Amino acid sequence: MNWLKNYVRPKIRALVEKENIPDNLWKQCQSCEQMIFHRELEAAHNVCPHCNHHMRLAAKKRLETLFDHGVFETVQLAGLKGDPLKFRDKKRYTDRLKDSRNTTGEDDALIVAHGKMGGNAVIVAIMNFSFMGGSMGIALGKGLISAARLAVLKESPLIAITSSGGARMQEGILSLMQMPRSIIAVNEVKEAGLPYITVLTDPTTGGVSASFAMLGDIAIAEPGAVIGFAGARVIEETIRETLPEGFQRAEYLLEHGMIDRVVHRHELRDELIRINAILKNTNSAKIVPIASSNKSSKYINQEREAAE
Amino acid sequence: MLSFLDFEKNIAELEGKLQELKHLSDIGDIKIADEVSRLQVQIERALKTTYGKLSAWQKVQVARHPERPHCVDFIDTLIEDFTPLSGDRTFSDDAAIVGGLGRFRGRSIVIIGQEKGHDTDTRVKHNFGMPRPEGYRKAIRLMKLADRFKLPVVTLVDTPGAYPGIGAEERGQAEAIARSIETCLSLSQPIVSVVIGEGGSGGAIALAAANNVMMMEHAVYSVISPEGCASILWRSAEHAEEAAEALKLTSQNLLKLGVINSIIPEPLGAAHRAPKEAINMVGNSISEALNELQAQDESVVKRLRRERFLTIGDDALTT
Repeated sequence: MNWLKNYVRPKIRALVEKENIPDNLWKQCQSCEQMIFHRELEAAHNVCPHCNHHMRLAAKKRLETLFDHGVFETVQLAGLKGDPLKFRDKKRYTDRLKDSRNTTGEDDALIVAHGKMGGNAVIVAIMNFSFMGGSMGIALGKGLISAARLAVLKESPLIAITSSGGARMQEGILSLMQMPRSIIAVNEVKEAGLPYITVLTDPTTGGVSASFAMLGDIAIAEPGAVIGFAGARVIEETIRETLPEGFQRAEYLLEHGMIDRVVHRHELRDELIRINAILKNTNSAKIVPIASSNKSSKYINQEREAAE
Repeated sequence: MLSFLDFEKNIAELEGKLQELKHLSDIGDIKIADEVSRLQVQIERALKTTYGKLSAWQKVQVARHPERPHCVDFIDTLIEDFTPLSGDRTFSDDAAIVGGLGRFRGRSIVIIGQEKGHDTDTRVKHNFGMPRPEGYRKAIRLMKLADRFKLPVVTLVDTPGAYPGIGAEERGQAEAIARSIETCLSLSQPIVSVVIGEGGSGGAIALAAANNVMMMEHAVYSVISPEGCASILWRSAEHAEEAAEALKLTSQNLLKLGVINSIIPEPLGAAHRAPKEAINMVGNSISEALNELQAQDESVVKRLRRERFLTIGDDALTT
């Protein structure tokens, strides 16, 4: 009997060789650390079925969960041509842009969509955190102006869904100028007598929180979302104290009177439909089921068994 | 005694020699007065070359120079009958923002600005010019007051940024800044802003969404401090110099980018070498800007202000 061949090698092989199962079938919840089957997580729109932890949700996916039957149209937005500052840190800004465009398939960090929600037309401007941290540059500011003008034109409410680290440093002062620009945009909606509703998702900080994100007629946040002006690390370094439990989380902001409501992702659509209907003083339209939640749990269980 | 910046070594040496000579009387044939004027010419030349080609990082240092005139110095010099107003009527008064009523060259105005302080006590009192939400809420209150009495607003921007603290966050720093920008944009009366030192990000734009935004020659205005930018993008604050360059934060850059309306020249060797002169030059520019704006029909002032911001950066976009 070859001790080496029979006992040691298989173990080494096990260490080196990959198992024949794709490793993305299961995802661990960062909050409760339970393993969640990917289909189940997808059907739950990235909310942990065990502890209700809200994980980030891709912009396009979220749009599907909000519009009637998951149907919406996106608006062609003006894009950035070139690099206004010729900005270069360790990497060129143009290269960073190229990378983000390749990985997300989007032109910049904002998507403007229009469609029906509860039977009524709405405009949704949603930020894409996976595009350079959802940072706000010239194109994003311009996109918000377009969204606002479309809302006014269609006499529809504007819903802004934010997730952003703040201004896009690579556009320097021009990114700071998006703060007043975005505020002008949402005020055009307000001045037309239309609702401007914000949905603050994780994270909403910096120049985005200090501009259009904090000016909603009604401000809704997702559970656990980090919302604030300064980053937690910067605050800690400035005051040299540890931050209180739950600092800058949605629930903390609710407690301090900074937002109206904290709403579970699964109830967001109904919530938006109801608020818009009440504000417009119309009868609440029938709530139409959304497209992506109709996968049966049976189907999910079958797949889970197959994976096991 | 003036403090010198690290790139002013040769100027400091010449100044030192000059001070020595000034105490001497003529020795025999050597005329001290001639020597003094020769040195003065040298100093002037050195200042001209140094300050004529300051790098972005050097500008940051000049903008933060401890002896640079601050908001209260401008108010002292330019505003008669200054009547400071306090408090946000909700929580407290924030001394990082000073403001009030006064007369500026014959006209009634409301003036608001961030104050950094000039020694340890006043720096602590004014929180180094880093406002908390109540500061911005005071500014909002004063701007609305100005509008009600049809007074123009002048803001002087000089802040490292809004204060990052627990209380500031709890009381809605982000909301306060957003509302302050919104208020600037909603005024029917003219608002003129001058970045007199450091224009630090959201904390600065909160007071600078104006009809006419000017910068002093050696002021800086940026979306993030060079140190902050370096620690995020270069992962080390040591790259602040490169970050300052990349951010294009000088008045010359901002004029080119169409973000500011004009540059207000400073005396030779920057404002801290001749504060009174510098302040009066700023006064002249504010006066001109107000004349121009007050000549406009009142109904267009707000629209023009919005259009100003709506067109910034547009040429960088595809249509």
